[in-house]
Amino acid sequence: MSDQQVDKGKRGFLLAATGVVGGVAVAATAVPFAGSMLPSERAKAAGAPVEADISKLAPGEMQIVEWRGKPVWIVNRTKEMLEGIKKSDAQASDPNSDVPQQPEYAKNEYRSIKPDIVVLEGVCTHLGCSPQYKSVEAKGDMGQDWNGGFFCPCHGSKFDFAGRVFQGSPAPTNLRVPPYKFVGDTKIIIGDDTKGA
Amino acid sequence: MAAVDKQPVTGAGPLNGMLTWVDARFPLIKMWEEQWGKYVAPKNFTFWYYFGSLSAFVLVLQILTGIFLTMNYKPDAAQAFASVEYIMRDVWGGWIIRYMHSTGASAFFICIYLHMFRALLYGSYRKPRELLWIFGMLIYLCLMAEAFFGYLLPWGQMSYWGAQVIVNLFAAVPFIGEDLSIWIRGDYVVSDATLNRFFAFHVIAIPLVLLGLVAAHLTALHEVGSNNPDGVEIKNQPKDPRTGLPLDGIYSHPYYTIKDAFGVVVFLIVFSVIMFFLPEMGGYFLEYNNFVPADPLNTPQHIAPVWYFTPFYSILRAIPPLLNSQFPGVLAMGASTTILFLLPWLDRSPVKSVRYKGPVFKAALALFVIVFLVLGYLGTEPTNVWGQFGAWLGNADRATVAARICTAIYFLFFILMPWYSRLDRCKPEPARLT
Repeated sequence: MSDQQVDKGKRGFLLAATGVVGGVAVAATAVPFAGSMLPSERAKAAGAPVEADISKLAPGEMQIVEWRGKPVWIVNRTKEMLEGIKKSDAQASDPNSDVPQQPEYAKNEYRSIKPDIVVLEGVCTHLGCSPQYKSVEAKGDMGQDWNGGFFCPCHGSKFDFAGRVFQGSPAPTNLRVPPYKFVGDTKIIIGDDTKGA
Repeated sequence: MAAVDKQPVTGAGPLNGMLTWVDARFPLIKMWEEQWGKYVAPKNFTFWYYFGSLSAFVLVLQILTGIFLTMNYKPDAAQAFASVEYIMRDVWGGWIIRYMHSTGASAFFICIYLHMFRALLYGSYRKPRELLWIFGMLIYLCLMAEAFFGYLLPWGQMSYWGAQVIVNLFAAVPFIGEDLSIWIRGDYVVSDATLNRFFAFHVIAIPLVLLGLVAAHLTALHEVGSNNPDGVEIKNQPKDPRTGLPLDGIYSHPYYTIKDAFGVVVFLIVFSVIMFFLPEMGGYFLEYNNFVPADPLNTPQHIAPVWYFTPFYSILRAIPPLLNSQFPGVLAMGASTTILFLLPWLDRSPVKSVRYKGPVFKAALALFVIVFLVLGYLGTEPTNVWGQFGAWLGNADRATVAARICTAIYFLFFILMPWYSRLDRCKPEPARLT
């Protein structure tokens, strides 16, 4: 043994081969561990559409329903509130809703199917807090140029009643409009916008 | 088989026999002497040198209280909040164990921040202690992760919305962010799945890493030796002919054993006062909103992280979005902690300690401390806390403008350090400790 030459090339090759094969095995074993942290089948199944009855939603009022664990707002906007949205055009960073934060049918002036009823995901596009309803009268808190909308308590983002974000807010985009549809005049299905049914 | 027969252990009275038996089979005496007993430390440690051993003390306290809390806590979204109330009301001694743990969390950060400030004062991160500093920084990052995961567990409003905000920071990463945040939560929103995994991270994953890093930190310290308030290496000094130690070196034991024990006693007095009389510390240690169960549909009026995160949170809030993305703010917040890793290479001063550094460094350090405290304060308050500027500044929030200025100073302290530390008028270091 001792007078034999060590074949360094072969030894290096074997070391590298063992290292590579072992490394692949470790990486493959890591897959189920990393995968186990993804949403489970049960969590995925919990995303079904929800139904909201808006027959008792008076003008100026907001109703909150839960969809996929997130708050969804339905606001019955008054004329004054709709005018406030027009007045906010200059302050909005994306006044025409060019960033696809809404289904095609809500890409309009009031970001809604019907002008008065707006449906918004009540989740700030900054870091996911839920903004608060601030009426047109909240000028005391919000400043004299406030025309009504939403204010995020976490980082101070401001939105109008169409969910359009104001310039200078930390939130980068408008509030998201979830897919929804009307069934009759007083019922809204959130999470489903397919025709028919 | 031991190559040399070891000396019998002496000085332990009736235990001599047993320790001799153990020492023949395990390097007990060697480990004790290397790590503490015969570890030679500079003789001039100041007040600032209490916080290393105090941090270790709090770590033990947190692990101990944590173990006993897990005996009654339920990591389940439906039961977590109630199980914490159960610990507080129905478990014998539960309230004191929980308050020890919650007060301990803040105490840990106080000790660590003061410990890090000590390193800034005396240049303890400078060569040859760069790796020691890096281990310390990794401990600090682990500690932040540990605190963040732990804060979700009581499942109060602040727990919930704090986790929501921090996890969404990852959603700001371009391209993969959305999927990454879902992977972290294990759901589309913070939910039971999130709580359960955060519990796993908090009670086992991070503590294991933390303990490993503490061992590495101490091993590195005892390898290179402690720095001191003069920043002069005692290892380079001539040896005292009588003792064989460096002229200004003393054994840690018993000298610093006694000093640190005194520190622990004073610490425990302060700790007890807070734990018994002010466990909430006016909403800073335990936030009032966390006494309300988590409600995914309702964000509290004002949410803020616990005080030890607020300087970095202020930096996050201060950076406006760029190109429809809030990633720059997230990046700045990340950079505000990671830039500290570079400190050993940013400081180019010919001397280590603030005692011999010039006026520019002293001013920069003082400014940095002020800015850090102001950012910390602003992070606990809403952005309109100081009102608005007039129309001449676009009605900007005063606090936001202040936070932006402070953020700039915070980063300039580090970025400009290679220049101002080198050009400063330093005093010569002494040969002996003073």
